[in-house]
Amino acid sequence: MAELEAVIGLEVHAQLLTRSKMFCGCRAEYLGLPPNSNTCPTCLGLPGALPVINRRAVEMTIRTALALGCRIPEFSKFDRKNYFYPDLPKGYQISQYDLPLSLGGHLEFEVGGERRSCGVTRVHLEEDAGTLHHAGEIHTAKFSLVDLNRAGVPLMEIVGEPDLRSPREAPHYLRALRQLLLHLGVNDGNMEQGSLRCDANISLRPRGQREFGVKVEVKNMNSFRSLQAALEFEFRRQTAVIESGDRVHQETRGWSEAEQGTFSQRSKEEAQDYRYFPEPDLPPLRVSRELVEELRAGLPEPPLRLKDRLRDQHGLSEEQAALLTERLQDAEYFQAMVASGAPPRAAANWQIGPLQALCKESALAIEHSPVPAAELAALVRMVEAGEVSGTSGREVLAEAFALGRSPVELIRERGLIQVSDAEQMEAWVELAIQQLPKAASDFQSGNDRALGPLVGAVRKASGGVANPDLASRLLRERLGRGGE
Amino acid sequence: MVGVDREDGAGGLDLALVAHLSRLARLGLTDAEMAAILPQLRAILAAVGRLQEADVSGVDATAQVGGLYDVMRDDQVEPGLSAGEALANAPSHEAGLLRVPAIQ
Amino acid sequence: MSLLNLSVSELGRGLRAREFSSVELAEEALERVDSLDGKLGAFLRTTPELALEQARAADRRLAAEADPPALCGIPIGHKDVLCTKGVETTSGSRILEGFRPPYDATVVARLAQDGAVVVGKMNCDEFAMGSSNENSAFQPTVNPWDAERVPGGSSGGSAAAVAARLAVATLGTDTGGSVRLPASFCGVVGVKPSYGRVSRYGVIAFASSLDQVGPLAKTVEDAQLVLSSIAGPDRRDSTTSAAPVGDLARALQEGVRGLRLGIPREYLAAGLEDGVRGVFESACRWLEAEGAELVEVSLPSTQYALAAYYVIAPAEVSSNLARMDGIRFGPGEPQAPSLLEAYELARNRGFGPEVRRRVALGTFVLSSGYYDAYYLRAQKVRTLVAQDFSRVFEKVDALISPTAPTPAFRLGERTQDPLAMYATDALTLPANLAGISGLSVPAGFTSGLPVGVQVLGPYLGEAMCLRVGAAVERAADVWRQVPAGFDG
Repeated sequence: MAELEAVIGLEVHAQLLTRSKMFCGCRAEYLGLPPNSNTCPTCLGLPGALPVINRRAVEMTIRTALALGCRIPEFSKFDRKNYFYPDLPKGYQISQYDLPLSLGGHLEFEVGGERRSCGVTRVHLEEDAGTLHHAGEIHTAKFSLVDLNRAGVPLMEIVGEPDLRSPREAPHYLRALRQLLLHLGVNDGNMEQGSLRCDANISLRPRGQREFGVKVEVKNMNSFRSLQAALEFEFRRQTAVIESGDRVHQETRGWSEAEQGTFSQRSKEEAQDYRYFPEPDLPPLRVSRELVEELRAGLPEPPLRLKDRLRDQHGLSEEQAALLTERLQDAEYFQAMVASGAPPRAAANWQIGPLQALCKESALAIEHSPVPAAELAALVRMVEAGEVSGTSGREVLAEAFALGRSPVELIRERGLIQVSDAEQMEAWVELAIQQLPKAASDFQSGNDRALGPLVGAVRKASGGVANPDLASRLLRERLGRGGE
Repeated sequence: MVGVDREDGAGGLDLALVAHLSRLARLGLTDAEMAAILPQLRAILAAVGRLQEADVSGVDATAQVGGLYDVMRDDQVEPGLSAGEALANAPSHEAGLLRVPAIQ
Repeated sequence: MSLLNLSVSELGRGLRAREFSSVELAEEALERVDSLDGKLGAFLRTTPELALEQARAADRRLAAEADPPALCGIPIGHKDVLCTKGVETTSGSRILEGFRPPYDATVVARLAQDGAVVVGKMNCDEFAMGSSNENSAFQPTVNPWDAERVPGGSSGGSAAAVAARLAVATLGTDTGGSVRLPASFCGVVGVKPSYGRVSRYGVIAFASSLDQVGPLAKTVEDAQLVLSSIAGPDRRDSTTSAAPVGDLARALQEGVRGLRLGIPREYLAAGLEDGVRGVFESACRWLEAEGAELVEVSLPSTQYALAAYYVIAPAEVSSNLARMDGIRFGPGEPQAPSLLEAYELARNRGFGPEVRRRVALGTFVLSSGYYDAYYLRAQKVRTLVAQDFSRVFEKVDALISPTAPTPAFRLGERTQDPLAMYATDALTLPANLAGISGLSVPAGFTSGLPVGVQVLGPYLGEAMCLRVGAAVERAADVWRQVPAGFDG
């Protein structure tokens, strides 16, 4: 039998970072609120209540679609998707069926440095459901508890084409999509908390065959790792089914993190008949070309292009460029540092190293760093110019970060600017040689390791402000090893 | 197209389909109720079958009248209900959550 | 003679002249309901505390304000499909028993703002589905002119209460004729505004693309005053028109001289009872005498309208009623052994036969494989029906017809035959499909039963409907007639 290849397409749901819900004025931010404290007649599905479209959610969806190269049809509408579930208060979800906000785009992503492209069928807008809590396991619980704080939060669905050919590609596609959403500022990218969710369709076929095999939908993956693991599991499972001569059943399966396997949830025979029809409570949308062009003009540079540009323009490594473009705010911080005169590679090292560590410790996003880019740039300039040692620089940065002060001011206050004045330095060098005669003679007779204590003595004599590079140069000259 | 062209004019509606509809719509019809509703629905569908005589070639569908488009609101938070108000009409709730019988 | 025999403007003069207070007026209405509604069944519940509180506030306003709103201090009733904050609202259905909405419908809030006094919630067919009021889960309402006959539906309680002088005006909803039909059967004025003229926010939905709230009142002027209070854009209902409502009062005085009025040939076809035809023909003669030109017109797609309506309305119902699941409100079945059984028990026990029929029908026409043949086709026929009206309104200012082919029929007469019941709305529902304006105005009696004339105007043509309606009302001169037993 020919080797089997996977055909994979991802459906990604992303909660939009609006202030209010999709169709009512309740807060879109629902985490951490007491249960059922973020509802109104509309999102509670009370009799008589009506939806009203959130303009910003529509615009965020169009921006995302444009960033994915989608077409924005002039006419779009909302439809009702009818099914009963306790987390769906109205008994229908307002979604988009045959006339979504956008159609036909693609996403570029990288797998091991190699660039790929995956088609995007559509990006449409809908509303999130509430959340269910079960006493114990869903199948054995006697009852379930419903919280509707999340019901009605704007949810954007990005339907990918079945263009992926291996489980390994899937997380890379998802990572690139997540990065794009972060750059657009439309989603917070948090898979663990479910503000970004991914379902996958996977089928197998003999390599070279054009027709698709029977497709299985896999749900419940809440990390990049579980996405890949679930697809790898399905690849193995379906391979075994096919190799044993059986046929794969069309069904929905759920990924279990605990079992590291997928389990059947619903077969096609039980498939829902959603009875979609146009939402009569909402007039259709006619997206003006002016709005489309306005939103297009406001799009940020595509993340991959930004990465290439930073790498090439500033001589960064691939890894540095990638790290600095994970979020748009990271890239903006870096570019602001460079604009303030910091040498690009040093700026990159300082941002990726000490600054990000500090931010991570305080759970702060870089754009909220108490040390703004211009101030860090000033510090980096001083270190690069030898006016401050790297060690002092890092210490000062940590202090400035904690106090919300300017690092340069702190350096001045503490007199940490390195002294490079030759006369002063020579005096300290003499002092050091007098204090450590053995080290001086050892160094003179070729023992390089003896230089360290001598430089230390110079620094000590200076109260820490002596420029260590200059100190070691002067010591070498003074002890007759200046030519080396 | 399924059903409507059949001679009975009632879309081939039979007890099995009524049972399916009852399940889809969570109507919980008993056997007796299904037997009673079937001829009524068939009579209505036969009358509604009249639609098939209308010449609708080239006619657009009307989902809404009034010709409105692009009715949207600004993204602003407005006060809603308290948890107490949200649960006040619920037949069963616990610790601020709505309580429903087991899902399966 | 009861104060409730007076029109809104007559009552307004009395209130302003301190001949009586709003509290006295409300008390009289409540007393009348207590003593007379037992034989009528128009009220599902009265709201005495709310009424007296609102009446006291109205009296303060009447004393303090130079120009209080026309409805300030006037006792009104709300069809029970309208959400009233803190007041049980059931839509005539068991499935909403005990439901106290935490909010007011926009129309309820607007009338409250204008000082109207709510005396109670009016009976109706369950979820407004019916033409006789016999589908109320709680009680039938009877016709005040003949207790053996139906008041019409679905706003039967609203119409009967006005006819019996238990409220000065009421609100109803009209999805296929549910304001106009009971208005005709009970001898009162009922307005169906154009779709989008009045907010649906807080109106428990029957068929969202067809529903409109409209007033029922003794006179065209009273109806206009209520309409002017409730009409206009609402940011909570995206389907409301942004067009200004304008001064509707002026229309009442304009007369019909020079107007071209169309009589749709299809509306006078078979099934029209002689007595109804006779009253309608007199109305035509009066309008001609007043200077209107009458012309026969044709609305050829009328023959498909009923079929289209009975696909579209059930389709929307099947979805609109999905929220009636017994989880957030309603009695529910929280002790059921499984979720599926909880849904099915709550809905089976909660819905009456007509609601089940329509939900099943609507589920069918939307389900996969049938959508195109039924729902999509019905939407296209809907376009044809609307085009018919647009075409004739290029030639005529308004259309006139009987509101219903018959006067009020007997209780039980049509309950066993859904199709006969549906046919009751044949002359009213095309206007809902097209979204145009309409009203029913009493024009006379046949065998002691009221007969209404329907006036249909173009989209947002409420002023035209009121103008023609007022002319019929002046000529007919019947609005002060009170049904026997309610004339105390």
